[in-house]
This record gives sequence, structure tokens and C-alpha cells, in this order.
Amino acid sequence: MLKHTPLNAKHREAGAKLVDFSGWEMPIHYGSQIEEHHVVRRDAGMFDVSHMLPVDIKGEGARAFLRTLVANNVDKLQTTGKALYSCMLHEGGGVVDDLIIYYMTESWFRIVVNAGCADKDIAWMEAQRNQLAPDLQILPRRELAMIAVQGPNAAAKLWQALPGSEGLTRPMKPFTAVLVGDMFVARTGYTGEDGFEIMLPAKAASFFWQALLEAGVKPCGLGARDTLRLEAGMNLFGQDMDEKTTPLESGLAWTVDLKSERDFIGKDALLRLPRERQLVGLLLRDKGVLRAHQPVHTAHGAGEITSGSFSPTLNVSIALARVPAGVLSGDTLEVEIRDKRLRATVVKYPFVRNGKALIEP
Amino acid sequence: MSIPSDLKYTKSHEWVRAEADGTVTVGITHHAQDLLGDMVFVENPTVGRKLAAGEECAVVESVKAASDVYAPIAGEVVAANEDLEASPEMLNKDAYGAWMFKLNPENGADIDSLLDAAAYTAHVESEAH
Repeated sequence: MLKHTPLNAKHREAGAKLVDFSGWEMPIHYGSQIEEHHVVRRDAGMFDVSHMLPVDIKGEGARAFLRTLVANNVDKLQTTGKALYSCMLHEGGGVVDDLIIYYMTESWFRIVVNAGCADKDIAWMEAQRNQLAPDLQILPRRELAMIAVQGPNAAAKLWQALPGSEGLTRPMKPFTAVLVGDMFVARTGYTGEDGFEIMLPAKAASFFWQALLEAGVKPCGLGARDTLRLEAGMNLFGQDMDEKTTPLESGLAWTVDLKSERDFIGKDALLRLPRERQLVGLLLRDKGVLRAHQPVHTAHGAGEITSGSFSPTLNVSIALARVPAGVLSGDTLEVEIRDKRLRATVVKYPFVRNGKALIEP
Repeated sequence: MSIPSDLKYTKSHEWVRAEADGTVTVGITHHAQDLLGDMVFVENPTVGRKLAAGEECAVVESVKAASDVYAPIAGEVVAANEDLEASPEMLNKDAYGAWMFKLNPENGADIDSLLDAAAYTAHVESEAH
């Protein structure tokens, strides 16, 4: 039996094609994945991401606990509402999950984790809590729905749908959050566009979704969400990194703080392990479509595509691939697709940000 | 979307039309393109290639996934729709108009063994359950 978000009926109403995503019945598209992709790059689209789980860490010592729990440094969070992207590692340096942490007060941090990892993450956090800070509360907020409104017109349409929210949300910088009544509004996303991720009580979700619809925000499925995040060069847990790979070989070194004295779970392993692999961007030069798990051949040895698709914005196929450390931007390598070897160029990603191509196709 | 009654079909969701000149035209069904979603890449067989019945001979890729296309009957490829390479979305817009390739059948009667519209409709329904 698949789990339903509070917006399931709205998706059916809109003619969504529903699929099993990590045990949740979620819309893959509402007609055309490519149209939905373009809507987010050019106007405003919305995604039901209620399958993701907000987890509140409450109590004295929350910051000290998070200093140990995650690889990025929560001491970067010094103003109310500030957000931080991080990986949570196990002792071996592999990624348990990637997440966003919002700092609200010294005794309240909110963490948003992936749907497919939620149960595992809670168990992991509780186990660490029991050892490090037994009095701290770890509160999964299953009763919250979450809607991402993304695109260059996301802000204007949000203000139209939610009169009275403009005063609080217009001044927001990227990667910050504010409380608007009983809504937790974050200027974050997974598309490379401006926009908001809004957590709100499940019972209010359908009403809010309808208001956004009437403001001209188009429903978009997880299909478009995946091509948007790939163009934006954002990792997907379970594909671009997992428990067997470290953030350092997953293009996420920028999220790992190895400079401060601070110790965190997995730090020893990260310092000890040789860095033999890296994540790079690929642009396909021949005709075809790059897909996850296709083998890659380079002058420095073999690798593998971790995420690949057709890029609707660039109109070519792009990918993220894990390859040997010696491979450089500008190199040409070969990707094995069925019985052929096709040429791809190694490029720096992101591929697209704020509606603009950052690389020449 | 109704399934045209003048075509023949395969269980792997190709449609086949017998032409007056003895060749057969092959495409993928409306149902197939609907399952795959927005098409972004088509690779047709080269003209002159001899195909066995059921042989993998073409590939269609949507944003979501790649899917093989199979030869409905044995024969030699006599034409391939080159327009599809530049405009794969034609498969979404008009699945029964956007043909993929034409075969000169080894045995013209082979087409009779394929599914008719009623049998294909039943096949699609059985797959949905």
C-alpha cells in the first residue's frame, strides 16, 4: 500500500500520472515533463514534496549535537532562519543522507531529510542523540505538508496566492526561512531557480495548493524536478552519493568542513581515505541520452554515470559521472551506451542557473 | 485514444501497416508513447539491414527511459523516417502518423499472424492489471 500525501486528491484532479516513489504515490508528470521543466525555468511551477520529512531538533545543546552529527559546520548558522546544506555521514565517511538544516533558535533547529531515508535517518539521529545528548528531542513532523514553488515568477505568484506574506518574504535572502503564521517559508529549492519551499499543516495543504493554482502556478511532477536539479548540478541521494561514497568523491567537498578543530562523525575516515575519484559534469557530443550506470572510459581509467538525462534547457544530454581523479574539465571521454561508445566532454557544473545556460552546448 | 482498426499490432507495442506495394510500415502505438512520456531521441535501423522477427532494431528514448523497438516480422529495412531524429516529439503528437521504418517482408503473409485492433486492445488492458 503506497503512502499518500495530503495533496493526492489534487494530483488526481489535475490528471497526474502517479508512480511509486520510495513507497509514496507521487506525480511523475501532469501531461508533459518537458513543458513542466520549462515552466519552472521561465515562469513558476509547484511541486508536492510532502513525502520529504521535516525533523525538529529541540532542547538545550541542539547546536553542539549538530556540530557532531553533520559534516558541514552549523556554526555557519548565526542568524535566525539561516539554512545550511550538509551531508550526514557514518563513521566510515559514507553518506547516510543529505539534508538542509534551518537555525531558528539555540533550542530549535529544523532538518529536512529525503523521503526514502526518513526512517533510517530518524533511527540514526536517535542513536547518536542517546549517546551525545540524551535530553534532546528529535521530533519527526509527519503532520506537515511541503510545497515547493519555483521559478522566476515564484515570488510574485506566492504573494498573489498568500496575501499578506509579501512583507515578510520579499526581503528574504536565498537559503533563509521565516515563519508566516503557521507556515514555515524557506527560500530554498532543488531547481536552480528562485523560489520557496513551504511547510504547512497537512489540513491546509489543498487550500494553499488551490490558491497557488489560481495564481497561475503550474503543478509539476517529480520528472521535471529531476531534470531541473540535474541541470542545476544538484546531487540526488541514492544516485550521485550513498552510504558507499564520501562527499569528497561526490562533488560535495564544499559542504564538508575539515578546517575547523571540530570533530564530526565520519571526519577521521574522510581525512584518512585516499581521494581517487571525483564527480564531474558531462555533455554528450554524439546523439543519444546519458543515463545512470552507463560505463565511462577515460585515459585515467573507468568510471560510471551517476545521473544522466536529456537537458530540456540545453537540448542535449547531460550527466554527472564518477571518474578517476586525474580527469580534467575539457577532456573528452567515452560513454558506453548499448553497443556503442559515444563521446562526451567533461564540463564544470552547474549546467543551468536562473534560466541561463552556464555552458556552451 | 482509439486504436485504429486498419493496422496490425505486436505485444511489444509496435503498429504495422501493410502497404499496396507489398512493404510494411512500422511505428510505436499511442499507448507506448504515453507510457514513455516526452520523446527526446530516436535511433532507427539502417536501410538495407535484414531483420529477423522479434529482433531489436530501433531505440526510442523519452526523458524518463530508453525503450527497444522490435521488428514485427522478418524483412529488409527499405526506409527509415529521418524526420524523427530531429523531431522525436512527433511520436508523442501523432503516434500513428509518425512512422519509424519500412520493411520489405521476407514473407508477406507473416503480417496475418500479428494482433488485430481488438486483440491489441485486450492486450493493453491485460497489462494495466
